[in-house]
Amino acid sequence: MSAETFNIRSKLIGYVLVVQEFTFLCGQVLAALVRPPWYVRDMVLQIDRIGVGSLFIVVLTGMFTGMVLALQGAVQLEPYGATIYVSRLISTSVVRELGPVLAALMIAGRVGSGIASEIASMKVTEQIDALRAEGTDPIQKLATTRLVACVLMIPVLTIITNGIAIFGGWLVARLYLGIDSYFYWTWAFEAIHHRDIILGLVKPAVFGFIIAMVGCYAGFHTKGGTVGVGVSTTQSMVSSSILILASDFLLTKLFMAFP
Amino acid sequence: MVILGGSGSGKTTILRLILGLYRPDQGSIHLAGHDITALRERDLFEIRQQMAMVFQGSALFDSLTVRENVGYRLWEQGRLSDERIDQTVRESLQFVGLEDTIDKMPAELSGGMRKRVGIARALASGAKVLLYDEPTAGLDPINTCTINRLILRLKAKGVTQVVVTHDLETAYRVADRIVMIHKGRIIFEGTPEGLQRSTAPAIRGFIEPGSLSAEREAFPSPDNPLY
Repeated sequence: MSAETFNIRSKLIGYVLVVQEFTFLCGQVLAALVRPPWYVRDMVLQIDRIGVGSLFIVVLTGMFTGMVLALQGAVQLEPYGATIYVSRLISTSVVRELGPVLAALMIAGRVGSGIASEIASMKVTEQIDALRAEGTDPIQKLATTRLVACVLMIPVLTIITNGIAIFGGWLVARLYLGIDSYFYWTWAFEAIHHRDIILGLVKPAVFGFIIAMVGCYAGFHTKGGTVGVGVSTTQSMVSSSILILASDFLLTKLFMAFP
Repeated sequence: MVILGGSGSGKTTILRLILGLYRPDQGSIHLAGHDITALRERDLFEIRQQMAMVFQGSALFDSLTVRENVGYRLWEQGRLSDERIDQTVRESLQFVGLEDTIDKMPAELSGGMRKRVGIARALASGAKVLLYDEPTAGLDPINTCTINRLILRLKAKGVTQVVVTHDLETAYRVADRIVMIHKGRIIFEGTPEGLQRSTAPAIRGFIEPGSLSAEREAFPSPDNPLY
């Protein structure tokens, strides 16, 4: 076997091993969810950190997304004399796709990398070992609390992002495009169906799972010192962003398969 | 008991094996009548309640105050009232002479103070066995002396302690029994006096690092002019 073939083989085995370890960690965390202790105080703390702490960035993300969509949408609809329907374009695209994905990407940057770096720092400073030595299951204490917080709070943050985006679109539509508020809000709500709302809530919950688990995996599998912490943080951010985009496609396709 | 040896000889690994933080590739480890190598991680938590470890880097929880760090295990167990836990925490901190740091964060403490808080945490846990991983590494002579005194005071109270160190002064001062490890194997087991009298080259090399035998031990190459 040539050195190059050996390298490719080792890399492939490495990737399979990562998937295996990640799946194993997910299983451990899900199993830990249903057995005590539940660390309610830590969960509330994480909900505050992840939910309230991310409020500002999702408000900004939503506001600018909605405003840009209104501007771009108006340019596309103007030749057909359909500028009045810009709110339909904004509400459907935001609720179905942009709101969940953009909010999740922003939260992955803030929360996912934060989870990874915090757990990674604990790993390299022996705090994870200290938890185990004290008789505490680190997965139960650190991973389940963050998973619950992400799965609960990211849908809430997405709803806020969606609302702010539609509001941002209204600002541009009203002040710049001169569209009547009544028409804007009527068409905005009329365009959203029950399916969109369900999809818009299922997606953030899945993204929350991805952000929490990728962050925890990167943190728990940190090797080396401070360099390892940096590598884990970067890996968490990159991996969760890719997984969010890939799972967004798969979820959309899945929902389309069941009309 | 003191486990003595140079860097990389496997001392810390032994402590981690005892605590069940590492799983051995082969062989078995018996603790309080249990073969811990056969236990699952969740079952190990029960065994670990009987022990406490003072980590080399202290491993205090960054996000918790000194009070929360020291009383961590007691709060987790939930068997005692908050007042009783607070009292135990204060007593433990008093024992290591750091009662005035109770509301500080670990980042506000010096290296020596962190080590002492680590000892207080181990003490407050009520563990039957205390394990120390290089308790005096990186400390100045005064702090080293303080830590050694604390270990001796706990010894006088009848607490079983296993100290891993490469510091001869600490080993001679606190040990009833010394086990010396070299390249992953036990090369000496006995009293501090017995260690000092030993003529084995690896032991002499460790005790007198400037000696000829120590140089040969460190650089065992045939090209070495000392051969």
